[in-house]
Amino acid sequence: MTGKFMLSRRDLLKTTATGVALGLASAAFPIRAARAAAATVGFIYVGPKDDYGYNQAHAEGAASLKGVEGISIVEEENVPETVDVQKTMESMINLDGASLIFPTSFGYFDPHMLAMCAKFPDVQFRHCGGMWNKDKHPMNAGSYFGYIGMGQYLNGVVAGHTTKSKKLGFVAAKPIPQVLLNINSFLLGARSVDPAITCQVIFTGEWSLAVKEAEATNALIDQGADVVTCHVDSPKVVVETAAGRGAFICGYHANQSPLAPEKYLTGAEWNWAKVYKMFVDDLIAGKPLPNFTRGGLADGFVKMSPLGPAVGEAARKQFDATLAEMMKGGFSVIKGPLKSNKGAVVATEGQAFVETAIELESMDYLVEGVVGSTA
Amino acid sequence: METTDIGLWGVPLAMLGGAIRVSTPFIFVSLGEAITERSGRINLGLEGTLVFGAMSAYAVAVMTGSPWLGLLAAALAGLCFGLFHGWICKFPKVNDIAIGIALMLFGTGLAFFFGKPFIQPSAPDLPAIPFGNWSDIPQVQAALNVNVLFLIGAALAVFLWWAFRNTRVGLIVRVVGDSADAARAMGLNPNTVRLLATGVGGALAGIGGAYLSLYYPGSWTERISSGQGLMAVALVIFARWNPLGCFAAALLFGGAGALGPALQSVGVTQGYYLFYAAPYILTLIIMIATSSPSRTLAGAPGELSITK
Repeated sequence: MTGKFMLSRRDLLKTTATGVALGLASAAFPIRAARAAAATVGFIYVGPKDDYGYNQAHAEGAASLKGVEGISIVEEENVPETVDVQKTMESMINLDGASLIFPTSFGYFDPHMLAMCAKFPDVQFRHCGGMWNKDKHPMNAGSYFGYIGMGQYLNGVVAGHTTKSKKLGFVAAKPIPQVLLNINSFLLGARSVDPAITCQVIFTGEWSLAVKEAEATNALIDQGADVVTCHVDSPKVVVETAAGRGAFICGYHANQSPLAPEKYLTGAEWNWAKVYKMFVDDLIAGKPLPNFTRGGLADGFVKMSPLGPAVGEAARKQFDATLAEMMKGGFSVIKGPLKSNKGAVVATEGQAFVETAIELESMDYLVEGVVGSTA
Repeated sequence: METTDIGLWGVPLAMLGGAIRVSTPFIFVSLGEAITERSGRINLGLEGTLVFGAMSAYAVAVMTGSPWLGLLAAALAGLCFGLFHGWICKFPKVNDIAIGIALMLFGTGLAFFFGKPFIQPSAPDLPAIPFGNWSDIPQVQAALNVNVLFLIGAALAVFLWWAFRNTRVGLIVRVVGDSADAARAMGLNPNTVRLLATGVGGALAGIGGAYLSLYYPGSWTERISSGQGLMAVALVIFARWNPLGCFAAALLFGGAGALGPALQSVGVTQGYYLFYAAPYILTLIIMIATSSPSRTLAGAPGELSITK
């Protein structure tokens, strides 16, 4: 009797073949239409999802969807920006039945996500960044992103009130427009308090290099910086090193205050929960998902960490006033007269760039008062 | 926080501080690898051991509250990895380099798996000894805050250098590394010696990992090593299998690595990518300058699979 249950090699081959055939069939004929009410949403992260940084910000957004009726979440972290991410997307679609996928890292878009868009025209893909273009890219793809520059401006306001040495420090990854805008915004925020303040920037050259980030933080503090912020994937090392040396910190990406409760002033955080909720609401309602979504502080895409205990009364007042001004919309961080640190005029008298201005997306300068170079 | 303007003095100071802060993992991994390679095997898996050591040290330190227990756990974990490598390699026709690469991937993967719950919590740090108290300048005090592991590493380098020349154990390791046949003729079992040498090498690499997660940069993240274990293995060849050379090479690497950020901090901001490449350019130059087509590398153990 037991012999019946023992698989011969031939049986095994047969069963496997059936399984593969079924799998193929389910890929070809979307069985997931049957469970339209219960949609699965996939999230892909380039690093660990609890890194106190970029990935954590996305994972917090994903986690906020967990209570939503009819939505289930699949996540995968540490997915390199290689063909690996295609395999991850494919398995999310074929095995988990995902109908909406958020590949959150910059390098996932081209060619990986685009290849999957062509292969699975029924699945929606939304990429974090600004790369989607109506003329070039398929309609089941799209981009979403936030303008976080004003968050760094507010960081700068608090830093400007807190610094005694009038020197700020910025640990940056690469000199790309978004990073440059953050550096410039941080300094301009501080200069709105005291025009004598300068900001030293150190580029590490990579998004995540723990030892170099720690060295950069030490070098900034050695040169007298007493408030430090950063734009790297995981600010944890910068925050802990700076706090260990007695400097104050403004956060980035996510809330790092648990790492240094006394020294943490405030921070510019992503509020992806709001963005993901928007997409999922449309998905449930059966509406077409937007292909290009962007927003800043006023739109709720970006938020500020609660002010820390070291923030003084004057700083608090100016922070609140500036934030209120920004929430009205139309606030410009980059406005004339403004020169770059090489002396070139980047904005003439009366010229102002709101955060959505297309000119800011090709920023290639550091403003006067920033010590550093883009190359 | 008090600050003193130190201007351009920041560069040599940062290089000194950087040499002390950054070099320790290089010291331990390269000393461990020197022992292993002197016995005639290459263990490329030390990158994995380093990462696993960093994770286990951090995890145990978080759970017990004691960084020293974390250090012990890292050393034990490293020992296990080393013994595993040594055990597999004793079988005939097993390639030690291939096993090393497999163990490197295995070690990092396992560390990511077990390390997941420990990315968020904070662990207590290993203590440092303030040698800079004679100075009033806070920057000097910070640069001369020397971790005990650095001092142990320095002492260990001198001890190993002495032990390879002057002790029976040192002689046994060298004989096995230079000629397995001669060792057998002496009644030694090369596999046992190599097993132990790889085990000790792994334990030292684990300690190097503990330094990364428990002192500098001082937190457990999955990208904490960024290839330092592999660089340290290369340093051994650079140092010609001499423990004192390993120590010097590690210091050089640490100091050269601090050059990039330090120069940017004093306003030399052009071409920082080039400064970041400084340690590697330096390695290349020294390797080219000291190599010769007419003889093998001086000091290379005869049994090493790269020299056979």
